[in-house]
Amino acid sequence: MLQEESDLSLIIAQIVQKLKGSNLYAQLERQAWASLQRPEIKLESLKEDIKEFFKISGWEKKLQNAVYSELSVFPLPSHPAAPPEHLKEPLVYMRKAQGSWEKRILKSLNSMCTELSIPLARKRPVGEQKELLNKWNEMGTDEPDLSLFRPVYAPKDFLEVLINLRNPNYENGDSLSFRTHLGLIQVPLKVKDIPELKEFFVELGLTTGQLGIDDSTQVPPELFENEHVRIGQKVLAEQDSAAAQQYVRQGSPTALRAELWALILNISSQPEDILYYEQLKTNVIQHDLLVDSLIYKDVKLTASNDDYYFVFEDYLYQVLLCFSRDTSVLGHFAYSSASPPKSYIRGKLGLEEYAVFYPPNGVIPFHGFSMYVAPLCFLYHEPSKLYQIFREMYVRFFFRLHSISSHPSLFYHLREIGAQPLRISFKWMVRAFSGYLATDQLLLLWDRILGYNSLEILAGKILAAAVFAFRAVNLMEVTSLAAAEAVLADLSTLKVMPLLQIFLFATVT
Amino acid sequence: MSRVSVPCHVKGTVALQVGDVRTSQGRPGVLVIDVTFPSVAPFELQEITFKNYYTAFLTIRVRQHTSTHTPAKWVTCLRDYCLMPDPHSEEGAQEYVSLFKQQMLCDMARVLELRLILRQPSPLWLSFTVEELQIYQQGPKSPSMTFPKWLSHPVPCEQPAPLLEGLPEPSRVSSEVQQMWALTEMIRASHTSTRIGRFDVDGCYDLNLLSYT
Repeated sequence: MLQEESDLSLIIAQIVQKLKGSNLYAQLERQAWASLQRPEIKLESLKEDIKEFFKISGWEKKLQNAVYSELSVFPLPSHPAAPPEHLKEPLVYMRKAQGSWEKRILKSLNSMCTELSIPLARKRPVGEQKELLNKWNEMGTDEPDLSLFRPVYAPKDFLEVLINLRNPNYENGDSLSFRTHLGLIQVPLKVKDIPELKEFFVELGLTTGQLGIDDSTQVPPELFENEHVRIGQKVLAEQDSAAAQQYVRQGSPTALRAELWALILNISSQPEDILYYEQLKTNVIQHDLLVDSLIYKDVKLTASNDDYYFVFEDYLYQVLLCFSRDTSVLGHFAYSSASPPKSYIRGKLGLEEYAVFYPPNGVIPFHGFSMYVAPLCFLYHEPSKLYQIFREMYVRFFFRLHSISSHPSLFYHLREIGAQPLRISFKWMVRAFSGYLATDQLLLLWDRILGYNSLEILAGKILAAAVFAFRAVNLMEVTSLAAAEAVLADLSTLKVMPLLQIFLFATVT
Repeated sequence: MSRVSVPCHVKGTVALQVGDVRTSQGRPGVLVIDVTFPSVAPFELQEITFKNYYTAFLTIRVRQHTSTHTPAKWVTCLRDYCLMPDPHSEEGAQEYVSLFKQQMLCDMARVLELRLILRQPSPLWLSFTVEELQIYQQGPKSPSMTFPKWLSHPVPCEQPAPLLEGLPEPSRVSSEVQQMWALTEMIRASHTSTRIGRFDVDGCYDLNLLSYT
């Protein structure tokens, strides 16, 4: 009991400290000062009157949403003796593996630099700055020569690292059952079993209405859809983050989705946010980074070739180039197992005053990275809002998909899949299925990621296994690996929610 | 609560096993670590902290100093404390742990020696132990302050002269003014940690290569 109380006070103190630096704090302060003019605020009961005013005017709700948002990403309170690296990742061998993986990425980027004789970063000459500013809204029309650039890594490289991950204290002898040789992942992490998954995902049950199932044309809308939409509108009117998160577990109506996601992620486009985005844009204009070319190449290779997303090509540059310069993203490294790459100003190697992070946001994009942004373009058309939503999605969820950690989200479940299926399905998971599922299905899936504040729904046992079970009939007919891959590779006609429901609730285990 | 580290001597781990260690196939599932305090008088134990390494259950026995001439007996003060909810999986395997005297089954005054009994029933792990063991006793209490008498027992003030009509009571006004002042001070004192957002050094961001350290 004593420990829990002191943990709670610590969490409260840390959240208060964090919120003190936010726009909301400044706004609340201004509102409190302004409210002193009001007749109902009396000096002798100042504190209570201002609290009451905040409640009535909706400011208390905004504060609640902000606290809820902080709690969603807050790491669990840790032991006072635990060093910071322990907070990032408690298991030492995983920390080391992540460290080696990062070093490989750095070497790859450095060798690209030296081979192509291109600096990591340079200041753009004024003429070039003007040119870029002029074509900011149509950067897609540019056709720079990117043939010499190659992506720093692809999901399959990351999979190789995971496969070779070994706990040095783990018994790998012959006396163990042969089952461990079937799967590729050799790490003994605890996974939720089916009963636990059923409890965690209870809102996906057979008796609960779902968008993606109960809104199909055969089902009359009076049964579920109309009421669900009505509730959604009410949730938006209340502006309650927690209620919105609970609501989207059953799927979000298309018309309400953009607002609901913004409410859950606690994004509201304030003038300060738009100014911040404009500042990032200025940074893009002034400095040219090597990672910009990697981003260009990635967009050209992936999103531009996709039937659904090629129209958003310009938006993708506007978001990703700014993302690379956003130092506020560095904050997520406190709870990620990854660390941002470091560099020194030219000629000042080793001098700490001249140490910087590269890129400024510490995130090196890999092959397929732009697909994290692409689906969001369907929901948000204003660049600064699109940017904020993507950034929040990244620091809450997507960063876990490409770093090695014992956090119970991603590859915990990968142990359950056999070798060959894993090689095929892994890239789906790293991209959160973006570019593989049809967009409407993808958005239904991402509804649940936001609703449960967890990536587990992407993970092996639930989705990929369900996919394979679904395709079992087709797979029986193929005779070669290539044909099998072709059968499995096409997820574009897949309906996600029925599969999830069947696998979680309708199969006998 | 302040605490003071007690220097201790941790003896080597002893494995408990049935039969001959060399010929038996399995690895021991029970280890015993003795902790002595050679240069310290019997003390009251406040807290034990350590870093776990794949130990599933911990039992602690303590030997305390007795004033009578009876030899000190071993008493179990913590029984089968669970460090890993599932001994076969990694959860809790490398966590930092603190145990307080309130969690102990017996009084922890006049501690002479400790014996930690570690158990790991799962055959999956090659070894298990606890690391960075630290024992703490209660630190000195903050010195109690004695206030001068006139501060703790202020002289009751005399009745003020009757006020003019229409003016508020001076005591009420002064308390309101004091509240406003306190509010102002509070707002001024709390610094907003503004995000600077700059990634360059004095406008310069010319970089050569990434650093590996």
